[in-house]
Amino acid sequence: MDQFLQHCLNALMLGGIYALLGIGLTLIFGIMRVVNFTHGELYAFGAYMMYALVTRLGVDFFVALALATVLGVALGAAIEFVLLRQLRSSDIDVTMLVMIGAWIALQNAEQLAWTGVAQSIANPFPADPIVLGRLSVSWNRVFVFVVAIMLITATYFLVNRTRLGMAMRATFQDRETAALMGVRIERIHTVTFALGSGLAAAAGALLGPVFVVTPTMGDLAAAKAFAVVILGGMGNLLGATLGGFILAFAEEIGVGYISSGYRDAMGFLLIILILLFRPTGLFARKERIS
Amino acid sequence: MTRWKSVLIIGFLASIPLWVTSFYFLHILITTGIFIIAAMSLNLLLGFTGQLSLGHVAFFGIGAYASALLSLGFEVHVTNDFVLGVAPKPVWLSMLFGTFAAGLSGFALGKIAFKVRGAYFVIVSISFAEVVHLVAVNWVELTQGPMALNNIPPLKLGTPQLLELSFLRKPAYFYLVLSTAIVCYVIIRRLVSSHAGRAMIALRENEPLAMSIGIDVTRYLVLATVVSAAMAGVAGALYAHYVRIVDPDIFLFIYTVTMVIMVVTGGKRTLAGPIVGGIIFGLLPELLRALAIKPEMQWIVFGVIMIFVVFLLPQGIVPALEDWRNSRKRHSPNTGPPVQAAPGAPP
Repeated sequence: MDQFLQHCLNALMLGGIYALLGIGLTLIFGIMRVVNFTHGELYAFGAYMMYALVTRLGVDFFVALALATVLGVALGAAIEFVLLRQLRSSDIDVTMLVMIGAWIALQNAEQLAWTGVAQSIANPFPADPIVLGRLSVSWNRVFVFVVAIMLITATYFLVNRTRLGMAMRATFQDRETAALMGVRIERIHTVTFALGSGLAAAAGALLGPVFVVTPTMGDLAAAKAFAVVILGGMGNLLGATLGGFILAFAEEIGVGYISSGYRDAMGFLLIILILLFRPTGLFARKERIS
Repeated sequence: MTRWKSVLIIGFLASIPLWVTSFYFLHILITTGIFIIAAMSLNLLLGFTGQLSLGHVAFFGIGAYASALLSLGFEVHVTNDFVLGVAPKPVWLSMLFGTFAAGLSGFALGKIAFKVRGAYFVIVSISFAEVVHLVAVNWVELTQGPMALNNIPPLKLGTPQLLELSFLRKPAYFYLVLSTAIVCYVIIRRLVSSHAGRAMIALRENEPLAMSIGIDVTRYLVLATVVSAAMAGVAGALYAHYVRIVDPDIFLFIYTVTMVIMVVTGGKRTLAGPIVGGIIFGLLPELLRALAIKPEMQWIVFGVIMIFVVFLLPQGIVPALEDWRNSRKRHSPNTGPPVQAAPGAPP
């Protein structure tokens, strides 16, 4: 029982990050109809910026976290401006190929810049875990969880309560009509992609200090983000948030009771199962898959 | 004229081992040839049915693993007491089995994955490849996991007493790959010009319309996937018995990407596209290496080329060349056909 509770606690901590990765991707997927293969690279970029700022330049941990996120936003905006803007009228396969090209280029640029050696980032939290009865959790994980939840809440607020968010939702529902109503679609796309990228970079910056930083760390993160998006249904923020926790829970249970080697297979299996039996996602209202 | 051209091209390719003496260069040609077979198989799905399968390396890897395992023999505990043991089989049989196993997995994937389309199909196909990869890493009893399958026997045909053909040396293997590639090319060419092929092209162009005139869309998609997967499996089996070691890295996503780049650059809706793209991207790494460029830089170049090709030549090189030739013909009707056409060919 204790073991089960410990797994649940781990899943909760992990789920926050998965949800954070997922909502960034689901926004881009939903509003821009772009399968963003660079999402994992933005995650790795956030982690490397954290490494560069904290370990190499000695910037304060919390300042570095904010800076890494801002840099992620900037890189996202640049990718949208340089690549996606030119492709807005092309079909989804073409966009996917371009994003794959960008992914390979970014990942290998990271490897070139920082070498393939795994890097670690020091964190300012006490090394002793928080102990609650027989359960324990590290301070760093709790911090990651809290920040992730704050960022998710802020994104909710932005999308559901602000004028910009209204324009984003309008673009999601019907691009042409939104444009006719005076929404500047180009700008919404740039903002959405930058926001999604910023969230991915923030996730990387948060998790970099928990694990180690490697150039290929983004691949798994992207795969999990895709699993979360598909679990929740495309463009569904609440679905992605819940999907993040479901994926984390499935992984933890899989690790605890089946085999740790298949941890990363859980996400892929969930993707396949969901798409086969409930392709609109677990929480979809109405959404068409073309 | 086309027949003369193909005879000339095949003759030229077949003469390569006679005048290329560098084994290193032959090695590059062999691996390029194997990748061209894989790229041709991908083109059947991507070019002719319009489905972007980003899990194609799974079929390549399944072909390689199945063929290697059967030729080495293996033992697996199905339950604690029941052990399934298979004695080593001849290599040609193993390669057939690898092809069959890949085709079968293509059938399974096709049956389940074509419930969804577009981006969702892409994600299902990637997930499939990743699951297979993780199985190869973790099922150590069968696949040896990261320790890899070693000492895979090379292909030998015939019996030692009478006449034995051994495909251990590079020139022999070159001919094996070349003839397999020709067979695959002919199969694809016949398939796409058949009734089934026209159905595939119809559903690529307009799926609801194809459905409305009675084309069983799923059936043709599954058919294309099975043929395509089996061909990728052949390529994988050829690879396994050539390099004679197989590890889970064979499932790396980057290999799928390499195939996609070859197809898209060459021209995804043409038969020659994957070959042209395959030659370019098979030889380009060597060129880049000769320029002392780091491997990371090479991949960056690949990524950037991919982006540029999609922007500048969205149809690929082969269709662009055809367009260029046609437009030149149209603009200068007096020049006539080029003089250096094959001798004996009608003007």
